[in-house]
Amino acid sequence: MDMALPVVNATAAVLARVSAAFNAPLARAVVFGVHIDGHLVVEGLLIAVIVFQLSRKSYKPPKKPLTEKEIDELCDEWEPEPLCPPIKEGARIDTPMLESAAGPHTIVDGKEVVNFASANYLGLIGNEKIIDSCIGSLEKYGVGSCGPRGFYGTIDVHLDCESKIAKFLGTPDSILYSYGISTIFSVIPAFCKKGDIIVADEGVHWAVQNGLHLSRSTVVYFKHNDMASLASTLEKLTRGNKRAEKIRRYIVVESIYQNSGQIAPLDEIVKLKEKYRFRVILEESHSFGVLGKSGRGLAEHYGVPIEKIDIITAGMGNALATDGGFCTGSVRVVDHQRLSSSGYVFSASLPPYLASAAVSAVNYLEENPSVLANLRSNIALLHKELSDTPGLEITSHVLSPIVFLKLKKSTGSPTTDLDLLETIADKVLKEDSVFIVTSKKSNLDRCKLPIGIRLFVSAGHTESDISRLSSSLKRVSASVLSDY
Amino acid sequence: MVRLPYVTALTTLFSYGLLFAFGQLRDFFRRILDARKPSNLKGYAPICLGLEDFYTRRLYLRIQDCFGRPIASAPDAWFDVVERYSNDCNKTLHRTTATTKCLNLGSYNYLGFAAADEYCTPRVIESLKKYSASTCSVRVDGGNTKLHTELEELVARFVGKPAAILFGMGYVTNSAIIPALVGKGGLIISDSLNHNSIVNGARGSGATVRVFQHNNPAHLEEVLREQIAGGQPRTHRPWKKIIVIVEGIYSMEGELCKLPGVISVCKKYKAYTYLDEAHSIGAIGKTGRGVCELLGVDPADVDIMMGTFTKSFGSCGGYIAASNEIIQHLKLTCPAHIYATSMSPPAVQQVISAIKVILGEDGTNRGAKKLSQIRENSNFFRLELQKMGFEVLGDNDSPVMPIMLYNPAKIPAFSRECLRQNVAVVTVAFPATPLLLARARICISASHSREDLIKGLEVISKVGDLVGIKYFPVEQEKTTAVDKLKKIQ
Repeated sequence: MDMALPVVNATAAVLARVSAAFNAPLARAVVFGVHIDGHLVVEGLLIAVIVFQLSRKSYKPPKKPLTEKEIDELCDEWEPEPLCPPIKEGARIDTPMLESAAGPHTIVDGKEVVNFASANYLGLIGNEKIIDSCIGSLEKYGVGSCGPRGFYGTIDVHLDCESKIAKFLGTPDSILYSYGISTIFSVIPAFCKKGDIIVADEGVHWAVQNGLHLSRSTVVYFKHNDMASLASTLEKLTRGNKRAEKIRRYIVVESIYQNSGQIAPLDEIVKLKEKYRFRVILEESHSFGVLGKSGRGLAEHYGVPIEKIDIITAGMGNALATDGGFCTGSVRVVDHQRLSSSGYVFSASLPPYLASAAVSAVNYLEENPSVLANLRSNIALLHKELSDTPGLEITSHVLSPIVFLKLKKSTGSPTTDLDLLETIADKVLKEDSVFIVTSKKSNLDRCKLPIGIRLFVSAGHTESDISRLSSSLKRVSASVLSDY
Repeated sequence: MVRLPYVTALTTLFSYGLLFAFGQLRDFFRRILDARKPSNLKGYAPICLGLEDFYTRRLYLRIQDCFGRPIASAPDAWFDVVERYSNDCNKTLHRTTATTKCLNLGSYNYLGFAAADEYCTPRVIESLKKYSASTCSVRVDGGNTKLHTELEELVARFVGKPAAILFGMGYVTNSAIIPALVGKGGLIISDSLNHNSIVNGARGSGATVRVFQHNNPAHLEEVLREQIAGGQPRTHRPWKKIIVIVEGIYSMEGELCKLPGVISVCKKYKAYTYLDEAHSIGAIGKTGRGVCELLGVDPADVDIMMGTFTKSFGSCGGYIAASNEIIQHLKLTCPAHIYATSMSPPAVQQVISAIKVILGEDGTNRGAKKLSQIRENSNFFRLELQKMGFEVLGDNDSPVMPIMLYNPAKIPAFSRECLRQNVAVVTVAFPATPLLLARARICISASHSREDLIKGLEVISKVGDLVGIKYFPVEQEKTTAVDKLKKIQ
């Protein structure tokens, strides 16, 4: 208590002095007519301190780049993954080996089988006229064309083939590509750039997906073959979006989806496209030479004038029994690709004998439209005979030459499903000599549609071939799927 | 290294500026004239906006007749070029039935298998009759024939690797393999002058792509060190794997890759190597086994070797050769194997026969003769061109030799004048090459005889004088270059 009192007295004295100083006449000076009170000095000092602190540079820890020794250590420590992952046990690598042409009857691993694994829709494999035109071409031009189209790789048969296809379809011009799968993934990036909008079906195959990825545009998928989903997607994208007028917009669909066998309803798509001002890119690999009264494709099938479809692409490795692909459309569309399509400019051109095979195939189709009626009756017969297969159901369209069989009840895991289907296919081949295949997927493929057994029907199949297939399939699936 | 004289650079820039100005002027007038006409787009956005196709419309279309010339015979040493005419200043070209026989200095026909060959063509026709033109099926379904298996084994043996896999097109080989090998979280380091197919494959894979200076192993090492130390962008996690992609012969430069340097750098930093031998397989090396044989690199040191059959084997298609595990992995995952039509059987047979001829297994020594012929031809041609004063790029032994033109006006001048004198050459400009470095590219073939080469040299020398592209004249001697050639003959 004694110590506290002097401290209290001292503090009180100091405080009195300070307040006196503040109340001193000096503190009450009048500058320019403004009273300066003592607290203004304190505030002035505070402002000065704040300004001083703000003006100093903030503290940044010094940047120390890695020394050479540290980089050496990091490089020594780093361990890469192996270039390829280890192969899973039981993965199927060996494929059946054909020893003759892949026609309706072929020789696999030494045995004669009925072939439902080749997309030889018009039965043109082994056709005499086509083989003769190829031989003539081979003797005149050799095999390869030895150069890209821009550098002496354009041979007169290429130009003949392009004009033949354009005349057949009724379009102004067409352009040839040297490989079926590269057609669509070169066409899409040639037209769609960053900032464009693409609406695509979710069931498109890998080549289309790759093209969409390479184009760097905004891609919106709609439900597989569902026109209501397409309409609502288009509405959502264009509603209230004034900028949508200036951006290029595309719809990408396939005519016959090779992942499911469905056929795209082109008349509805054209109506939607005209309403919302989108351009249509139609992939017709499996419908060219198959659909329509004379085989001119999906547009003829639905009675849509061909000018309404902006870009049509197709691979020629199916109905035309040759290789390569083409794209057709208006003159502007085709000319644009001759300089900006990477698969056309930077790659060697189609071998001339395949181009002359294409010309002969189109000639054959023009002269013998009855082959389409054969194909259609075969498909109808197959549908009828396979409608009551135990455990499997047909999910493809009734006119599609790809007949897609799915498991009625999935086991829940895609790998077990695939195993079951592969077992069925193997047994059918071994026991009944009918060659069928399952749909295979790469792990890079983003399509989520279910897998199944794919049967490729040809106009060259006879009724007995089809009955052999259906009886064998019914028997084997009954035995394999009896537990599920 | 390309030597670019200062004056030439200035004049080239000036020429391009003038062309650009004229193009803009014409666009301006076109806009005024079209403002009167109603648009026929009807609410759709135009296919090309604004300046996107300016180069095509205003520069390329003027010289369109120098590109895409159709031919009416096999692309052998001499071929028939179809004449074309235009009624509207090269905007549209029309074919005629007239042809001119010209010397072919532009096709990729290194070993002369382009036309009908006495050993290959009968066997190709036989396989056509047996297997027909196409299998109409993907390789994993019904497209695998005995020929395909035979060729895969043969290619693996030829290149020196345990196994190989085939594809129907060289471009698709690169675009579809690279995504199967490396994905997100991986790093691809590619040479700055790599081909468009590699660029597309790298972009399609989703991995990060970095570029190193063309043919510079020291810069590659710098890039590798920086990237391994830094890790993935933003997260700095370590990279999953690193692949370095180089080519054997660069088709626009004619240079060989510095493969031993690149391999040693990659081994030190545990990166994988991918070698694209599109132009070099079959064309260089003592027995035609490509750049590995020429530079003395063991094929086992390169992880993946890719090549095409279009250039030296006169067919179409591509292959990948690597270890057994990698090939099996590719057979299970590569989209080009699972979704693309398999290679056409006659084309497969052509490659089998061509490789047999090269290896001498057909019973003759035509293969060895072709290989030594192309080496002699390339070295002779390159030496003579350099003596004449042209700026020629490329290394010795490489059959690709670009002659620099630089100026945009010299491109059509050189091309048209050579065609008038019955020599067909290939000229390349922007965007395949840098803007200032336009060139004419010569591809030598084993089917060129000494007389053909001398005729080609005469014409090129005369046209070079007319056009003015002898930028680096050697000291004048008493006799002129042409007289010296006549002496050699």
